Amino acid sequence: MIHSLFLINTAGDLFLEKHWKSVISRSVCDYFFEAREKAVEPDNVPPVIPTPHHYLITIYREKIFFVSVIQTEVPPLFVIEFLHRVAETFQDYFGECSETTIKDNVVIVYELLEEMLDNGFPLATESNILKELIRPPTILRSMVNTITGSSNVGETLPTGQLSSIPWRRAGVKYTNNEAYFDVVEEIDAILDKSGTTVFAEIQGVIDACVKLSGMPDLTLSFMNPRLLDDVSFHPCVRYKRWESERVISFIPPDGNFQLMSYHISAQNLVAIPIYVKQNISFFETGSSGRLDITVGPKQTMGKTVECLVVTIHMPKVVLSANLNATQGTYNYDPVTKILLWDIGKLNPQKLPNLKGSLSLQSGAPKPEENPSLNIDLKIQQLAISGLKVNRLDMYGEKYKPFKGVKYVTKAGKFQVRT
Amino acid sequence: MLGMSANSVSYNDQGSVESGVDAAQENSSIPGSISSSSGAAFSLFSADYKKNEDLKEMLESSKESLKLEAMKRIVGLIAKGKNASELFPAVVKNVASKNIELKKLVYVYLVRYAEEQQDLALLSISTFQRALKDPNQLIRASALRVLSSIRVPIIVPIMMLAIKEAATDLSPYVRKTAAHAIQKLYSLDPDQKEHLIEVIEKLLKDKSTLVAGSVVMAFEEVCPDRIDLIHKNYRKLCNLLVDVEEWGQVVIIHMLTRYARTQFVSPWKEDAVFDENSEKAFYDSEEERKVEQSNLYIMDPDHRLLLRNTKPLLQSRNTAVVMAVSQLYWHLAPKHELNIITKSLVRLLRSHREVQYVVLQNIATMSIQRKGMFEPFMKSFYVRSTDATHIKTLKLEILTNLANEANISTILREFQTYVKSQDKAFAAATIQAIGRCATNISEVTDTCLNGLVLLLSNRDETVVAESVVVIKKLLQTQPSQHSDIIKHMAKLFDNITVPMARASILWLMGEYCEHVPKIAPDVLRKMAKTFTNEEDIVKLQIVNLAAKLYLTNSKQTKLLTQYILNLGKYDQNYDIRDRTRFIRQLIVPNEKSGALSKYARRILMAPKPAPVLQSAFKDRDRFQLGTLSHTLNTQASGYLELSDWPAVAPDQSVRNVEVVEPVKEAGAPALRKSKPAKSHEKFYSDSEEEEEEEEEKEGSSSEDSSNSSSEESASESESEENSGDSNRSSSSQSEKSSSESDSEKKKKTLKNKKLQQQKPDSKDRKQKNGNAVKVESRSESESGSESSSSESSSESGSELDSDSDSGTDQKKNTKPKPVQSKAVIKQVEKKEVSLLDLDDFSPAPVTTPKSSILSPNLLSDLQGLLISPTTSALQASFPVFVPETSHELLHRMTGKGLSGQYRFTRQPCIYGNSMVSLQLTLSNSSDQALENIHISEKSSTGQNIHRFNAIERLEPQASVTVSMGIDFNDSTQAANFQLCTKEDEFSVSIQPAVGELLLPITMSEADFTKEQGKLVGMNESSATITMTPENLSSQSVNRKVVSVANIGVIPSSQENIYRFAGKTVSSGSLVLVSVALKDPDAVITINTEKTVMSSMLLRQFKTALTNSSP
Repeated sequence: MIHSLFLINTAGDLFLEKHWKSVISRSVCDYFFEAREKAVEPDNVPPVIPTPHHYLITIYREKIFFVSVIQTEVPPLFVIEFLHRVAETFQDYFGECSETTIKDNVVIVYELLEEMLDNGFPLATESNILKELIRPPTILRSMVNTITGSSNVGETLPTGQLSSIPWRRAGVKYTNNEAYFDVVEEIDAILDKSGTTVFAEIQGVIDACVKLSGMPDLTLSFMNPRLLDDVSFHPCVRYKRWESERVISFIPPDGNFQLMSYHISAQNLVAIPIYVKQNISFFETGSSGRLDITVGPKQTMGKTVECLVVTIHMPKVVLSANLNATQGTYNYDPVTKILLWDIGKLNPQKLPNLKGSLSLQSGAPKPEENPSLNIDLKIQQLAISGLKVNRLDMYGEKYKPFKGVKYVTKAGKFQVRT
Repeated sequence: MLGMSANSVSYNDQGSVESGVDAAQENSSIPGSISSSSGAAFSLFSADYKKNEDLKEMLESSKESLKLEAMKRIVGLIAKGKNASELFPAVVKNVASKNIELKKLVYVYLVRYAEEQQDLALLSISTFQRALKDPNQLIRASALRVLSSIRVPIIVPIMMLAIKEAATDLSPYVRKTAAHAIQKLYSLDPDQKEHLIEVIEKLLKDKSTLVAGSVVMAFEEVCPDRIDLIHKNYRKLCNLLVDVEEWGQVVIIHMLTRYARTQFVSPWKEDAVFDENSEKAFYDSEEERKVEQSNLYIMDPDHRLLLRNTKPLLQSRNTAVVMAVSQLYWHLAPKHELNIITKSLVRLLRSHREVQYVVLQNIATMSIQRKGMFEPFMKSFYVRSTDATHIKTLKLEILTNLANEANISTILREFQTYVKSQDKAFAAATIQAIGRCATNISEVTDTCLNGLVLLLSNRDETVVAESVVVIKKLLQTQPSQHSDIIKHMAKLFDNITVPMARASILWLMGEYCEHVPKIAPDVLRKMAKTFTNEEDIVKLQIVNLAAKLYLTNSKQTKLLTQYILNLGKYDQNYDIRDRTRFIRQLIVPNEKSGALSKYARRILMAPKPAPVLQSAFKDRDRFQLGTLSHTLNTQASGYLELSDWPAVAPDQSVRNVEVVEPVKEAGAPALRKSKPAKSHEKFYSDSEEEEEEEEEKEGSSSEDSSNSSSEESASESESEENSGDSNRSSSSQSEKSSSESDSEKKKKTLKNKKLQQQKPDSKDRKQKNGNAVKVESRSESESGSESSSSESSSESGSELDSDSDSGTDQKKNTKPKPVQSKAVIKQVEKKEVSLLDLDDFSPAPVTTPKSSILSPNLLSDLQGLLISPTTSALQASFPVFVPETSHELLHRMTGKGLSGQYRFTRQPCIYGNSMVSLQLTLSNSSDQALENIHISEKSSTGQNIHRFNAIERLEPQASVTVSMGIDFNDSTQAANFQLCTKEDEFSVSIQPAVGELLLPITMSEADFTKEQGKLVGMNESSATITMTPENLSSQSVNRKVVSVANIGVIPSSQENIYRFAGKTVSSGSLVLVSVALKDPDAVITINTEKTVMSSMLLRQFKTALTNSSP
């Protein structure tokens, strides 16, 4: 299936190659470079590029292009999903997935890639299994290895590989047993000029950090499970129980993982926490424009809106901005044409306002379209959908774990059209 | 480099403090910084030479750490794409290293360079051959992986041997590796296809979820056309699917999609018309037609099974799985069931950019045929300014597809925003989309047209150009009303510079010159001036316009036309010269032109059909959704065409897996485990152990449970013996190896003993044949056993002593068909065949409704086969307690007088080893006799049900008791079936309590603790409860426990610990329960591989023991 993998940075340097079948010359990447040039932005590179003898399937992540070479028919999502899994594994192992970390850990990267695919077919992608096969690098361990000559490579087959619950290894032991859940909801919305909602939905995930000894069997129940409209689960969740009882019953993987994600699309359920009053105009003459933005709280359920940031992709003709912010700081980057207004906490008594003039390239026609505003925000202690975890029960183990649930609401793709 | 440098030993002869890899890098970059360039940069020879020298030295040193360091640097070189092939001899020497990391790195190197250095690579082969016999399964697997990855044609026979061996390995992980190796060998030497297919056939039978995905992958690669191999495994694959790892799921689902299209009849045959002109038919009320048709079409239960078992996977986190299920539904499900995939697909749109791209493409194709699916989610396809261009275009495509009279105004409003987008390519695409909406929905054509005309004054060139092109297409549909638009465009003509747009306007002028008689000649005049500076495409249209005007208005334009034709005659582009010449001959009459010029007007001014604006995804549905070919819209190599539905369904019975066999089922309940139906042992005595094992599995649990973990371990322990057997030379070693697997030693010793009985015979043969022949003969007999396993089980009674050799085996092999049919007949006959009197086995206080006789000598035969006096193995025992409670199956009100009750008899089921036996009491409370009471043949759920014989007549107020068996697959999922009388059908369901899915076994206390020791960790669950005082006596504890679950009491030497043992009915997994009293608390511990079961059991025990009522 997957023949070869090439890692290429944004500058176009090919810095790692790995082949699972016979070697394919890296000249095959020329087709990629061609497409890359045509696309201008790295985001616009088509994920699937046909070449005379091969097909290139590419993902772009963390400023790295993962270019895989395919020779025969294969579901493209299969490859794309796998490549993302590779990137996630690197992130998991090295803390971040960047060119430097990959270059620094090239041997581990190679060992990982070797284990993840056999003959181009995924072999072990579960992080718990991989970590038993190849231990992640830590400073302490590498010191010990240097002295004792022991290695990072496991000698026996990971227990998970054979059990029916491959995501968990046996014999986990902690002195502090704890299970934390973060309910993170993101609001995706498009508001139009007048502030009415064109489209809004909530994308939620429950991230878990479970550090429990032994083989715990957890059951998480919600106060209002009916809210959840469309869900997808980590493989550990027993789907049948969800279907029949609307509880999430699972034997958790060890460590951090995403338990589930859900989707609430009913518009009336989606509260929009802020409103934006804006007025951006460009004048026909004098090559200048005005900008006036005010942000205020709308439906915040009594919580404070934090980390409020407004980002505007200005039209190309805008040269500079001379603005005045009543709160926070603003920054206009004339190269990328991005105006960034970092407001911070939203104070309902004194609404933040950004006002001033924009200067345009003289002689150029005024921009057709006003730029849209992208909003970023965060509300702690609140799941905007109203989802509430009722309780977490543990079976199968005797100790009492520490449990905790945290709620956060964030803005996802939150856009205000102007 | 931090991680690395800390790893490195302080080796540096350059005096640098850098790590090893760094040093290597430095070396290569000294002569002219080549390594930093992206190309396949090979450093200059001198540097290479020097560097490799010291790497060689390191590799040859005696220090492990130095070697490891050297290998790490070499891997670094490989990763960068540098050539390190001349180190091959030095590296190969380390292939047998003890250090596992070093060994792995050597493997990496070997696989990379073996193809180039074939001779040297051969040196390493013996090491792998040795490693293939290693007791550590990881080492066996990785040896096979590397061995099969070395692409050296000379070792093909060795690979073949290794694959065959590994395919029967005890470890499913090794078997999985073998499945991968099949593909590798096939790509290396396609001539091996036939042999490989045999291995595939064998591995397809594997019950392990680990193997399933990989072997199906191999199947797809090697022999995708051998659909016949799937038949027998179809149901198993469907049932296992949920538990297979996610990558395997994708492959299996795609294969099953293809399979189903060849085996089942179309569930949407009635929609054939619908498919062809979807647009119109969509508005017809589909529901109505469905109702009419539904009585004609009955879905094959296997077809339904596939749909049902894939549905939960829509909730997978893996986008590829969700897409695979979606395409399966798209291609296989009845149209009205399609809607369940919509939500999941829309959910995927939140995923990564690349995922969105592929999913949107598929939605685009779907939305052409089935608007209704995605219409409610229209807003999910709204474009954000931050989307990548290709995502935006796809969303636009979908929105256009979804447009209809009801939502067009919303969509057009949305489009207005997009037209103003700064991304001009996207704005242009939007204009195209508006054009399509305008043609598709006649109500808005005028609105759209006016909007587009407004856009003509847009400042952006591309927007204007695109508008012109679209307007041109729109006008063609109704030119007469729109002459003012044409005039407007003519006015704008001077400001438009995009060639395509200019050409379009000119064409419009020419085509409709009669509507704008004054303007057209003027435009031509202007064009004559600028002709030489125009683009080719514009020039062609100028010539065109000139010709048309000449024909309609020759008075005004004759000279102009001639001028233009002269210019064209000397143009640089030969197309234009050609066209000019052609036009001249056509329109200017002269002696040479002949008859053609008479028709010039008709030729040039012929009414032209309006172009159809349609989606680019119109034809994409010829490819299977979700495939690479679909994404590219061209057939990718290796694409497997999805066949059309067959007109008539092929034989359904090919998928039947024979389950029950009369003789065995009689003897088995008591003998099983200790001696699982050894009756057919001799039948295959010539062949090696494995077939029998294989076959046993087939027989005992062929209707496998979806919960395969137990089977996995079972097969593991069984195949353990296989390897012990086949590696008899190194049997002591394999003996040791048992410690790493969780196989049960008991069983093993027992079986070894059995083995010895047949050893002499098989040994003989082996000595006669060479080594290679051994494998050969084995594979033959393997296939023999597969095809005739069903037969063997049904005939085993009569053929107990037949000492057939491989010859007869093969004969049987050649005629599997009659054998099958025979087995079917046997099944039918089975009802008459005498059933064993259960009282022989179970003097429990249960009266079985029917009893019959097993021929005594058969029984003694079976007992004779029972070898071990050391019966430490698990022996099935009798239920300690049989609850009298019965549950309602059918109330007399709903049953129109027929009422039914069922209860669990807790007896080993006489109909099949994996069945739970039930007693059904049917009574007739109506005032008429009920006739022909039976259970309908089609079971709606997947369980295998043994039906009772039809009751011909049930008199009023009479009742009858019958027994039946259901294979619940060790799950508490209810079995649903139809209870039928002559007139009516009633859907009923039987929900088993978890405790009824067990059978009691006896074992010694020592065995109990030993088994318990093996089932720790995740297989153990326990709970502490506070006992009510009246439950504290040993009697009451025992009673409580056995009333909840059908398990046996194990004598206990300790006072406060009570032990119970049982096994699951379907898979035979051990379930060990112990209750330890610590006044007033008690700890209940359950050890079993079935974790789901154990948590349910635990809950029930808890309630039972804390409950004070008796």
